[in-house]
Amino acid sequence: MSTTQILIAGFGGQGVLFAGKFLAYKGLLKDKQVSWLPSYGPEMRGGTANCSVIIGDEPIGSPIISNPDCLVAMNLPSLKKYENDVVPGGIIIIDSSLIGEMPERDDVTVFAVPATKMANDEGFSTLANMILMGKLIKECDAFSFDGTEDVLKKVVPPKKANLTEINLKALKTGYEY
Amino acid sequence: MSEKVLMKGNEAIAEAAILAGCRHYFGYPITPQTEIAAYMAKKMPKIGGCFLQAESEVAAINMVYGVAGTGKRVMTSSSSPGISLKAEGLSYLAGSDLPSLVVNVQRGGPGLGGIQPSQSDYFQATKGGGHGDFKMIVLAPSSVQEMADLTIKGFDLAEKYRMTAMILADGTMGQMMEPVTLEAPSVNEYDKSWAVTGTKCDRKKNIINSLSLVPEELEKLNFARYERYKAIEENEVMYEEYMMEDAEICIAAFGIAARVAKNAINAARKEGIKAGLIRPITLWPFPNEVFKKAADKVESFISVELSMGQMIEDIRLASECKKPVYLCNRVGGMIPSPEMVLESIKAHYKGGTK
Repeated sequence: MSTTQILIAGFGGQGVLFAGKFLAYKGLLKDKQVSWLPSYGPEMRGGTANCSVIIGDEPIGSPIISNPDCLVAMNLPSLKKYENDVVPGGIIIIDSSLIGEMPERDDVTVFAVPATKMANDEGFSTLANMILMGKLIKECDAFSFDGTEDVLKKVVPPKKANLTEINLKALKTGYEY
Repeated sequence: MSEKVLMKGNEAIAEAAILAGCRHYFGYPITPQTEIAAYMAKKMPKIGGCFLQAESEVAAINMVYGVAGTGKRVMTSSSSPGISLKAEGLSYLAGSDLPSLVVNVQRGGPGLGGIQPSQSDYFQATKGGGHGDFKMIVLAPSSVQEMADLTIKGFDLAEKYRMTAMILADGTMGQMMEPVTLEAPSVNEYDKSWAVTGTKCDRKKNIINSLSLVPEELEKLNFARYERYKAIEENEVMYEEYMMEDAEICIAAFGIAARVAKNAINAARKEGIKAGLIRPITLWPFPNEVFKKAADKVESFISVELSMGQMIEDIRLASECKKPVYLCNRVGGMIPSPEMVLESIKAHYKGGTK
């Protein structure tokens, strides 16, 4: 029995909720139990947004995460707010293009990915979130890359199906970083 | 079996309502349930249904009253302050014996309160919901699947007993996504000879009205209504028991609080504490029998709630005050953590009364 708790946090508009939905579907298509819970409220308008995803083998109790196994921080306020909540031995992935400092914790594994810069360089400037998800599915034991295309077909809305390919490319870019 | 999809609780309610044959939705936006209205706005026009954003909650509930009078499946949804505005309409629906489905995705109160999750409309929902002697069937989902399933069930019960069924959820249940399987249910046909559908000049006209000025007659109507309520109390109680077989301490919780409680119970069991959960699924009718039986076995109850302990009164009545009922709660949009519930279990286990 294992449960993995992932917290993705950043500014509203960075694709935090979409990234979480991608992870949740990744679990669902592997027949795992999953829950996805967004922050909601006035803080989403230009403020911070976060999303809690839990993936496990057993039915999921509370969808609220107090201590994530994995934190994906897409801006400095999010890193500051949640860094100390990560379980010892957990993972912190940061967008180092937007976060100028490293986490202070020394009992977690930190991956600094210049996701925003990479996304700009590759010509898909809005997909830093998916670059970070690529890194996450590589470093987090709960995930693997296989089946990712099928997952994208689920999460990318039919009207935007033409964006599936570019999302896959962003994920690969992060996965291989 | 249809495919499992990820959906928000609010969306699951909306889709389930459509699958259950609801083609009339009236509402007014309010966080944290607006996805229901948004979903209806998108879907209803495509399937020949009616989505109407009313000018206020009061207008919306009266539109529900209008459609309910025709015997069609109809719903509205709102969140706490909006439900208060609908209270008059809920009473009129009860007084006219009309079926309807009303969703309350609760937020912190009182007053305009906040927008984060709460369960502090328990009294309002379970003790009537408006003026006069009446009840609503109150269903408390604890997963996105139940948001859908209880919506379908709610429409059925509302028609069966000609009254309002309320889905009493909270912001978390509305906003979270979980895998859900949605299938069109087989719809039971109930007698609707009371409905206002046009006489075509070949029957006596039906009248939908809650005004009854002759006290003898109004009394009869009230007595008859409570006969139906008695049947509901006998036949429609729903609850879940979790690890209650050998439990020595019993958590009572519904909705999101029940999920938090399960985490805490699992943790307590690992430490050798025999904790269990009774989760009322119908808050009215309240699962009295199971609490009464539990009172003979457990040392105490802990009510885990997102309110100031509104459910405690029902637990005490059901368990005939045989055992103490403690409270573990957060309010105002806060949610108790599993750790907090575990602490409460430890504090009250084996005679502890802290």
